[in-house]
Amino acid sequence: MRASLKRSLIGAALTLAVFGSAVPPAMASPDQQFFPLATYRVGAYASSGVQVWAGMIDYLNYINEVEGGINGVKLVWQECETEWTAEKGIECYERFKKGLDGAPVAVYQPNGAPAAYALSERAEVDKIPLITLGYGRTEATDGTVFPYNFPVMLTFYSEASSLINYIAQREGGFDKLKGKKIATVYHDSAYGRETLGPLKLLAEKYGFENIQIPVADPGNEQSAQWRQIRQLNPDWVFLRTWGVSTPVAVKTAARFGFPVDHIVGDIWASSSEDVLPAGAAAKGYLALTPYPAGTDFEIHKRLKQYILDKGKSDLKDLKNFGSVYYNSGLVNAAVAVEAIRTAQAKFGKRPLNGEEGRWGLEHLNIDDARLKDMGYFGLMQNLKLSCKDHEGGGSARVQQWDGANWTLISDWIAADRALLRPLIDEKSAAFAKEKGLTPRTCTGDE
Amino acid sequence: MSISLTRETAPAVLVQRRLPFALMGLLLIAFVVVPLTGNDYWLNAILIPFLVLSLAGLGLNLLTGYTGQTSVGAAGFMAVGAFATYGFLLRLPEVGLPVALLGGGLISALVGFVFGLPSSRIKGFYLMVSTLAAQFFLEWLFVKFPWFYNYGSSGTITAPRLALFGHDLNTPLGRYLLTLSTVLLLTWVALNLVKSQIGRNWMAIRDMDTAAAVIGIPVARYKHLAFAVSSFYLGIAGALWAFAYLGTASASSFDINRSFQILFIIIIGGMGSIAGNFVGAAFISLLPILLSHAGQALLGGAVDAGQLQNLQKIIFGVLIILFLIKEPEGLIRLLSNLRERLSHWPLRF
Repeated sequence: MRASLKRSLIGAALTLAVFGSAVPPAMASPDQQFFPLATYRVGAYASSGVQVWAGMIDYLNYINEVEGGINGVKLVWQECETEWTAEKGIECYERFKKGLDGAPVAVYQPNGAPAAYALSERAEVDKIPLITLGYGRTEATDGTVFPYNFPVMLTFYSEASSLINYIAQREGGFDKLKGKKIATVYHDSAYGRETLGPLKLLAEKYGFENIQIPVADPGNEQSAQWRQIRQLNPDWVFLRTWGVSTPVAVKTAARFGFPVDHIVGDIWASSSEDVLPAGAAAKGYLALTPYPAGTDFEIHKRLKQYILDKGKSDLKDLKNFGSVYYNSGLVNAAVAVEAIRTAQAKFGKRPLNGEEGRWGLEHLNIDDARLKDMGYFGLMQNLKLSCKDHEGGGSARVQQWDGANWTLISDWIAADRALLRPLIDEKSAAFAKEKGLTPRTCTGDE
Repeated sequence: MSISLTRETAPAVLVQRRLPFALMGLLLIAFVVVPLTGNDYWLNAILIPFLVLSLAGLGLNLLTGYTGQTSVGAAGFMAVGAFATYGFLLRLPEVGLPVALLGGGLISALVGFVFGLPSSRIKGFYLMVSTLAAQFFLEWLFVKFPWFYNYGSSGTITAPRLALFGHDLNTPLGRYLLTLSTVLLLTWVALNLVKSQIGRNWMAIRDMDTAAAVIGIPVARYKHLAFAVSSFYLGIAGALWAFAYLGTASASSFDINRSFQILFIIIIGGMGSIAGNFVGAAFISLLPILLSHAGQALLGGAVDAGQLQNLQKIIFGVLIILFLIKEPEGLIRLLSNLRERLSHWPLRF
């Protein structure tokens, strides 16, 4: 008895000593810009996550090693595991928000919808801008109500509008939409339901028939939905599923004889992982994306030369180079880097804090010339943010799956953001009223 | 003539009640030392979730640990509490925060009572399935009907301004003190509840429901009561989780994984114990954070990041298994055994 007690106590003391004596390795210094990486390398979404982080880390490495940092200010990063959950995401944010060894945080990417929602208000209080590319609160594009939230590039509203514009392009004009049937098969969750409002508005405007068919989570059996599709016989199907429900939808569509080249997947149903499990049935499948797959972009040549060929890539499996997820990491990292670069033009070439990072984001203007300099032309759309508008782009490209690779089949298709703006303004005004907030006024020099 | 109470005449009465110095010390730390020294990270990321999870564990423990009714629907009832409190704060802002919290708890209790009705007919695994149905139904309900989240675009609910008697509670410290006070009050109520007639009836039902019925305990009624009280606690924990901790929550914040997490808290902490919930919550919520910091400090940069994360998961899992092998009755039993031994130390017993 006593011996075992003594042993336990010694064991506990040893454990404490090991943990207590551990000194974090001095990695960062105050003359560097801290770049927190809230990652998910374990959990349900790890397989896509590892590619995203590889894209981000490769680009940051490239900026540091080839370009010598952002105007000479080196980036330093540290990872924190969120498992795509809100509570771990909060823990990481709280751990990182004060910076690392004196290196400040300019922008923060929560990388995951639950964490993005949970952090949206903390960020306002802490004055740290959140970049949520392709997810997050849609109404946060209203920068007057959400000064520190940046759902940049493509909200779900814009995504719906881009889709309708693409279909109009394929059908030969907006007047041809009248009487067409467009069905949306959506994941029955907050994410899936977000396009109900905008599609209703668009249907009223263009006169197409708006069919909405929900798929309950997780969606691994969809016969009922696709039987309904066969009966209604729509001209196009907008597939707003995610995870396992995407390949199941594609396979079931084939079984019920719906042509796969008239199914357009949304941003979360647009990766190779979404179509590979469906096998041959997915050949011809279309998908909207703000970060298309491919390795032919200029940045890929540079990364291959300086990072991959030197064995410095974070990719475990080099065949994922240029995948949709890898490229999304590149685009995410580039938005953050460009925001810091923009802010440096005003505040000087030094590490910046969150307020300065916000200024940089609100004055971000990535045009074609800048995209060509960065090597992102074709991979990323023009992005111009302002105090009022925190979305910027609002365009997507359509890519088609040929059974092994994605091929881009359209140029950037812009959403009709002016049409949807009132819907968003209404939501953000309701939010401001609910919280008793006074929206700030944008004078142009805040 | 009455006999005065002395050691000779009534030995049992004279068990001296000592002042609980350890508990008072703990409270002193919680109410004075932590607010003076705690920073945002400690309050927001560690202490608040720990306290809320302890409360949720307590709620489930009243049902599962004390009354013996298994449930995997804990998070569903938390969601009810969160959405109901939100509804009160949004649509009846004049009632104030404490009443809204209480109202959220009561609505959750009502829902718990309804979903507890099958317990009068079924038990064990069958009952577990009906609580599983509650979990899925409630989660679906709060996605399906936009009224619950005030027609927002993302299906999320956000804490309206938290204020108590004019004090703004929207600082980390304010939210911490709100959580701490609520948890403390409800723990005190629970401690008394389980020592009362109600608690003894619950334990009688847990130990053998036929025997309990034979000695005249209305079994079905007490089972329903356990469901209602448990859901009341869970509802308040859910509201605190949504508003004091997350800030913005949606139905997916209360998914089946949260239910399992709470079930693990009571299994690891100790069934049928109040303090066990706190120990279990500490283990489940704090140990991964400790491992993450330790991993970063010891091996950060040296080991591949993905493998480091998986390694932490492995250590965490192994620790759970080891602790349960060493003491199937939970960590609280392990601690009390240790205390027992230390109180005799260095003597053997």
